[in-house]
Amino acid sequence: MIDSLPVSNTAPRAGDGGAAPAIEARDLVKTYGGKVRALDGLSFTVEAGAIFALLGPNGAGKSTTVKILNTLSRPDSGSARVGGFDVFGEPEQVRRAIGCVAQKSGVDPEATGRENLTLQARIYGLGGHALKDRVAQLLDRFTLTEAADMVARSYSGGMQRKLDIAMGLVHHPRVLFLDEPTTGLDPEARADLWDDISRLAGEEGITVLLTTHYLEEADQLAGRLAIVDRGRLVVEGTPDQLKGELFGDAIHMEFLQPEAEGRVRAALNGLADIRELVVAGQSLRARADQGATAVPGMLTALEAQGLKVASVTVARPSLDDVYLRYAGRSFAEADQVSQKGAR
Amino acid sequence: MTFLTHSLFMAQRHLRNLSRQPWWIVISLVQPVVWLLLYGQLFKRVVELPGFNASSYVSFVTPGVVIMSALFAGGWNGMGVLMDLNQGVMDRLLVSPINRAAIIAGRIISMSAVCLIQSLILIGLGYVTGARFAGGLAGIFILLASAILLAAPFAALSDALALLVRRQESVIGASNFILMPLTFLSPVFMAKNVMPDWIRAVSRYNPVNWSVEAARSALGPTPDWRFVLVRIGCLLVFALLCAALATRAFRAYQRSA
Repeated sequence: MIDSLPVSNTAPRAGDGGAAPAIEARDLVKTYGGKVRALDGLSFTVEAGAIFALLGPNGAGKSTTVKILNTLSRPDSGSARVGGFDVFGEPEQVRRAIGCVAQKSGVDPEATGRENLTLQARIYGLGGHALKDRVAQLLDRFTLTEAADMVARSYSGGMQRKLDIAMGLVHHPRVLFLDEPTTGLDPEARADLWDDISRLAGEEGITVLLTTHYLEEADQLAGRLAIVDRGRLVVEGTPDQLKGELFGDAIHMEFLQPEAEGRVRAALNGLADIRELVVAGQSLRARADQGATAVPGMLTALEAQGLKVASVTVARPSLDDVYLRYAGRSFAEADQVSQKGAR
Repeated sequence: MTFLTHSLFMAQRHLRNLSRQPWWIVISLVQPVVWLLLYGQLFKRVVELPGFNASSYVSFVTPGVVIMSALFAGGWNGMGVLMDLNQGVMDRLLVSPINRAAIIAGRIISMSAVCLIQSLILIGLGYVTGARFAGGLAGIFILLASAILLAAPFAALSDALALLVRRQESVIGASNFILMPLTFLSPVFMAKNVMPDWIRAVSRYNPVNWSVEAARSALGPTPDWRFVLVRIGCLLVFALLCAALATRAFRAYQRSA
């Protein structure tokens, strides 16, 4: 009964064979009010069964992308296929093939967890024992059985998120959208949810499109990731590939006061092993094959020009560095800028 | 078929949530009860105006207040849509294969159920304060039907407005700016014969007027059934038009989402 949803009978399961990709977005452009360009020609492909992360700061266009792919919104131009169906031509089929967990929770706070799940299951055509079994199974799976008959308003943030994900899974979707699933959760609940999400792809074999602005989340969960900035895809690959493209260690220094970029560059000019130097206000970022041996030389050269350094850190490459390299600004910085912009 | 089942799922959800706060039904009755008791007493002697053609003002005003209360229940329906929008419930529904019209219809069905309960309470209160209806049960049935057929289209319009503007102030503002004038441009409180000519002329096109006239005629000693059915028919057409419009509002919502 559960598995005889209309979609599995009538539609070719194009997303399953491994041949056709689960998600294909081509040249998506979306502007709001004719001015704000949220998406500026975004394209990417997600293979069936993969966890794919769209990583970017707030306002990069991640949520807009998800809203277009899940039929909630229409782009100005571009095309998209999800689960083998044309998102604009066959929205009904797409809706049956996908599960969605939006950034904003979609839980009805006045209904209990069980009632929320039951309504969701009914909408997808489940009924009778199959419905009861599926609801009980999901409550158990997300350890919500105890709270099942309490109204969702009384749930903690983590519990509500779990209920959200359970609701997105109720009809065995082939593609699951998780839009910023752990935003606003405490670290413990986040780690807990990460476990759930990685188990999902393994057990249910579904394709997951995850958006996040946590670098470590993408690193932890995604098999492949794409960095999105200002509505464009900046770079795409596996987390290891992307980190591997950065040779050497990342060096980060903070000056006592903001320094002119020209002066800093001039001071470090003679040092051959310093690459990818970025100076912004009080902070300096650079890359060197051997960070530990490059730092003393840098400090001497800077001191000689009267540039006072307050702190130094040397780190192995992280996704933050990947972001800096490809988007041309540090992740935290981009996040702050877009948050100011949003206000 | 999915339209019907989905509408019932949605109506069930709204009624269940409402049953967890039943005092809400009573609170939203406070205003019409005040109208009924206050106007019923204050304008008692208005029936003595030549041409008013009613024996008791309480009997005259009770169906008016029932209909006015239904009108407002309908007009405020969009607030629920706004709640669903704010809580992300609407987006969750819209990415599911739920029938779009059922989202609106579910709200209208549950609102009608509440409206029915409130109307019966108001009719009972009217009776207690001296209202008598010569039309009997058939008349009361027509009163309930015309109240709900008036509330439904305004609920649909209110839902559409909520989807389009997505701001609480706009829905509150529009409700007040539209519902109050419509009430006073109708024979809710005053007989048509003693209205100024221009109000009488305008009221011909006012759905509130169709509803009140149908109910009063059916409640009277000699109902004119043709007159009643024409008005009920107009209300029905108006309701279907508004429901279609509200369902189309989802498309506009999708464009701007």
